[in-house]
Amino acid sequence: MDAFAFYVLALLTVASALVVVTHRNPVVSAVALAFNLVSIAGFYVLLGAQFIGLLQVLVYAGAIMVLILFVIMLLNLAEELPPVKVAGTFQRVLAPAATLTFAVVLGRALWRDTPATLPPASEGFGTAAVLGRELFTRYYYPFEVISLLLVVAMVGAVLLAKRKLT
Amino acid sequence: MDPVAILIAFLKIFLVFNVLMGAVAFMTWVERRVSGIIQYRLGPNRVGPWGLLQPIADGIKFIQKKDIVPDDAYVPFYLMAPALAVVPALFAFVVIPFGPEVVLFGRKVPLVILDMDGGLLWGFAATALGVYALVLAGWASRSKFSLMGGLRSSAQMISYELPLVLSIVAVVLMAGTLRPTEIVAQQAGWFWNWNVCKGIPFLGFLLFTIAGYAETNRVPFDLPEAEGELVAGYHTEYSGMRFAAFFMAEYVNMMTSSALGVTLFLGGWQLGFPVALEGWPLWALQIGAFVAKVAFFQFLFVWVRWTLPRFRYDQLMNLGWKGLLPVSLVNLAATALLVTFDFNVTR
Amino acid sequence: MIDPRLVLILSTVLFALGAVGVLLRRGAISILMCVELMLNAANLAFITFARLRGGPEAQIYVFFVMTLAAAEAAAGLAIVIALFRLKGTTDVDEINLLKW
Repeated sequence: MDAFAFYVLALLTVASALVVVTHRNPVVSAVALAFNLVSIAGFYVLLGAQFIGLLQVLVYAGAIMVLILFVIMLLNLAEELPPVKVAGTFQRVLAPAATLTFAVVLGRALWRDTPATLPPASEGFGTAAVLGRELFTRYYYPFEVISLLLVVAMVGAVLLAKRKLT
Repeated sequence: MDPVAILIAFLKIFLVFNVLMGAVAFMTWVERRVSGIIQYRLGPNRVGPWGLLQPIADGIKFIQKKDIVPDDAYVPFYLMAPALAVVPALFAFVVIPFGPEVVLFGRKVPLVILDMDGGLLWGFAATALGVYALVLAGWASRSKFSLMGGLRSSAQMISYELPLVLSIVAVVLMAGTLRPTEIVAQQAGWFWNWNVCKGIPFLGFLLFTIAGYAETNRVPFDLPEAEGELVAGYHTEYSGMRFAAFFMAEYVNMMTSSALGVTLFLGGWQLGFPVALEGWPLWALQIGAFVAKVAFFQFLFVWVRWTLPRFRYDQLMNLGWKGLLPVSLVNLAATALLVTFDFNVTR
Repeated sequence: MIDPRLVLILSTVLFALGAVGVLLRRGAISILMCVELMLNAANLAFITFARLRGGPEAQIYVFFVMTLAAAEAAAGLAIVIALFRLKGTTDVDEINLLKW
């Protein structure tokens, strides 16, 4: 039952990732990415981290992707052209080759050093209570710093996108 | 998986889905009759006694309309958007407890479809996903009115998600759990035990209601889809059953918003006064209490719609960011203080 | 049950796809979206490791990565908007003012 869900989700994830990377229209890319994020949230739930999975849908798919879609529509971006400059063909061959090499090396390392079965989840593994306790005791300083970072990002975004009134 | 559990789950889903769809149809009738009463005229009264068969007549009208797809539209998203509007709205209802723990087929069954640990977050995640339908419908119609309406609607929805979620966080702070069944269980007893009276009384409830009106694109926040402003906003280019789907999605969103408000603030299915009953009579009464509270909330939606004029778009955004957001932050801080000193937050 | 090695392979595949996207796409926002894809692949690996190790630390990291991604998306999109106002296009091949 779990394996069936895993394979279906994996298929959806890879298919939507392919659409994100290859489709010319940025709006279609964005919607495919949103779909991808929701399927990855499904993976999180499957692995037992339900709170993070729900946060992923709420924050990533529900807010960040909507923001990206907004900007694409506001800027009225046309369909994108493939790389056609002199270095275009060179790029189109070298980039996938290099990435493939990297992926093979990484994949082999990960495959050899992980067990073949999942251990049972610890008590309260994916719940908000456990996460909250850790966040407010051991990771208290990073928590405060990241709220500061969010404020900085907000101020920066507003300033950068403001129209200069000259 | 034993078959009885599957049967019970299926029964719950079947019941909730059908009641929701029936309630949506009923709400269209209620809206038109109540607006008639408020405006000192009769509503629909031709089709059936008191016009009760009007929703059926509306449905037949929608189904027999011609299926128009604009020439220039981006067809996959154009066709997907109405479905994308209805599904998340229905999904959010999955975590709402509509009754106590009943004994069915010899086992205890909590009357909620999905009783998970972060249940409340599921409701908000589903509502957040509903924004995509508006954006995609507005963009895929390839029309200036639709695009502007779609962008405005979705900007409004995500802006008001903040005060909505913050007012809920205050309730979660007092309750100490994200599970809706536990939140309802904590409001047992007399009606002054309901969350609306705890913490700072009524402030969180008021914030939630106002943000709920903005979330569901209802007056006074319905500028993006008002006639005479942007024709019909993001659903300008839709006709027939697709338009009806957006309509349905709006009503289901209203119902989800009401149900969430009832669960979090008004005690869910709790009666609010002790009754000397046991077993099925008590449970039926409690389910009836839930339905009555949600019905009251829905009536409030309709009442406010036909009473208040609508906000201009910049007034709307100002109210959200500069008005509701600071108030909800103050509410959260004050509730946190009250929880620290354990004053009026009996768990 | 699920084989965690397969999940990690999936995470590697997603990361590689994102990397190819970043290298080959021309629109600034498309590149941003491929970066988000890479971040999510890393998050997926984190959650798998969290489940293998059993503690809540890796989930905390995922929480922080998600927050950082949000901040980065907001700031990055603001930059793209400012660039669009300047150049009229988001094509990264055209952003060459500092070129010799």
